[in-house]
Amino acid sequence: MSDVASTPSEPDGDRSNEILRIEHIRKSFGAVVALRDINLHLNRGEVLGLVGDNGTGKSTLVKVLSGFHRPDAGRILIEGTEVTLHSVRDARRQGIETVYQDLALIPQMSIYHNLFLNREMTFGGPVRMLSNRKMRRLAAEYLADIRVSIPDIDATVEQLSGGQRQAIAVARATRSEVKILLLDEPLAAMGAKESSLIIDLIRDLSARGVSLVIIDHNYTHLFELCDRLNVIEQGQITLDTAVRDTSLEELTAYMVTEYRKQIMAGRPDASS
Amino acid sequence: MARRAGLVASPAPVSTEPPSPEVAGGAGSGGGLRLLVERREAAIFVVAVALFLYFTFATSAFISYANFVTLTQFLAPIAVIGAGEALLLTAAEVDLSAGTSFIFFPFVAYFLWANAGLPIGLAIVISLIAAACFGAINGLLTVMLDLPSFVTTLGTLFALDGIMLLTSNGVQDTFSLSGTGGSILGNYSWSEVLWALFLVAGMFVLFHRTRFGLHIVATGGNQLGAAEAGVAVRRVKVWTFVLCSVVSAFAGIIDAVRITTLDPGNDGTLEMFYAVAAAVIGGTALTGGRGTVIGAGIGAIVLGVLYDGLNIQGVSAFYFELVLGVAILLAMAANVQLRRVAMRRWRVVR
Ligand SMILES: Nc1ncnc2c1ncn2[C@@H]1O[C@H](COP(=O)(O)OP(=O)(O)O)[C@@H](O)[C@H]1O
Ligand SMILES: [Mg+2]
Repeated sequence: MSDVASTPSEPDGDRSNEILRIEHIRKSFGAVVALRDINLHLNRGEVLGLVGDNGTGKSTLVKVLSGFHRPDAGRILIEGTEVTLHSVRDARRQGIETVYQDLALIPQMSIYHNLFLNREMTFGGPVRMLSNRKMRRLAAEYLADIRVSIPDIDATVEQLSGGQRQAIAVARATRSEVKILLLDEPLAAMGAKESSLIIDLIRDLSARGVSLVIIDHNYTHLFELCDRLNVIEQGQITLDTAVRDTSLEELTAYMVTEYRKQIMAGRPDASS
Repeated sequence: MARRAGLVASPAPVSTEPPSPEVAGGAGSGGGLRLLVERREAAIFVVAVALFLYFTFATSAFISYANFVTLTQFLAPIAVIGAGEALLLTAAEVDLSAGTSFIFFPFVAYFLWANAGLPIGLAIVISLIAAACFGAINGLLTVMLDLPSFVTTLGTLFALDGIMLLTSNGVQDTFSLSGTGGSILGNYSWSEVLWALFLVAGMFVLFHRTRFGLHIVATGGNQLGAAEAGVAVRRVKVWTFVLCSVVSAFAGIIDAVRITTLDPGNDGTLEMFYAVAAAVIGGTALTGGRGTVIGAGIGAIVLGVLYDGLNIQGVSAFYFELVLGVAILLAMAANVQLRRVAMRRWRVVR
């Protein structure tokens, strides 16, 4: 396992298998630099794990790729073509779906309205009406399909447990055609049973050719699921390794060493 | 925030377990209570009926053609503005200037008709467009400056009132229309309430049956989450402000034609507060994400019946304010309490 080269644009072999490549992505919030210089790539059908401490920019990276944030600088290429993601809708059009860390669900709305949020089915004109019955039926069918059991499709999301909410957020992202799925800590509030449900779903999607980026603090999960791992520190990717080239012990040791280095360097936020 | 905390704090969720019968059962043991919680209008509807019956039996003059005309004319504008406020409150905003729109835009229509010589229909359309622009200013100030609309619309309230006083020199005008147009626009005894029914029904359909309505709920329920899901939250807010201004302006024009008087001495704040009260009593939360247009309509009926009934009984109008105040407090407390009870009863794991 070796640290990444700082110039990702150098010719490093065949790129025809890449579905996503991002180069020199930078994003600041006022004085806070969340993403310093992000370079990474994702191959077709690959599961890429993203590891890093809190505040290192993982969620910001996800939001840049989901079209929620516009990067300050850098390029995003999808299947070799440079794209500008103007909005979440734009990213979805490119086949990018996202499960945000905060889930982005509306507590007061029904499960099925959440599943169809911003992709509602309508009928008629000139004022188009919601096809509530159809959305309700399709939502129930899809949830049954992926074996997510919920008390009542009419229940509001606020009536659900944390794990159930996460399952709904995952279901929303996977329900439609997805090429690239971004999962920001999708297992955080889940019990073992639910985790295995989502893990099965991820495996299933991966087998169907969906490419995934998954953020998780549980290395065991990541080693189970991922083909490749990237470590992110202070808004930069510092390590890129295939899972088969490393081990749980080696990764843990690496993270601990990096953590110590930061403490030595006197980074005030290293202990957070 | 509570939602987030809940996420972290519930380590043993049950999504793979069979549905809890209490939740899946729908009605069952707590059917009546569930109805009160889920159809938030139900509670206030019961109150409206009770008040109605009370005044029917307590006074002889309550049930009469003449009184119904008075009653509906009083409550119609409150229902329309209240429905507009219900939409805005659901989007986690409020329009304190709605009552001022209610007073000011009839002036604009009158000026265009009487002074500029435009046909009344065109004059009204232009004044409604002006109201839409005013609503857009409310909305844009709120979303661009990222200020609470409590502040921005407080500012535009006084600004609009100032413009009205300056342009009218504080002098009243007579807005009297005749013929069929006049009848449609307010001279016919029932036209004001018919317009109100039409507008409230329209807003009901918009709110409960269209994407726009759903996005109002999403925006007010979880603004960040809605934006992350791609909902154009700022645009939704601006359009909701526009809608509230336009319906308030239109209600004002109908009301001005009916009473034939334009009074710049009224800044419209009382109308605005009645409207917000109607929305809140009807079950719309001030915190966003929960609202009911029908509730605002029924809330206006409650206000109207109380006001009118107490009047007939010869009770001092001061009592009306007192009763209204208590009613608002009760409605807010009931909203919160009913939710709490419901959460305990139907929660799965939180
Ligand atoms: N919308 C925002 N406004 C200001 N600062 C932000 C915003 N989003 C993230 N940040 C900051 O950017 C840094 C990276 O955050 P984030 O991407 O959430 O990290 P992670 O997901 O790895 O924990 C943090 O310092 C965070 O405070
Ligand atoms: Mg994060």
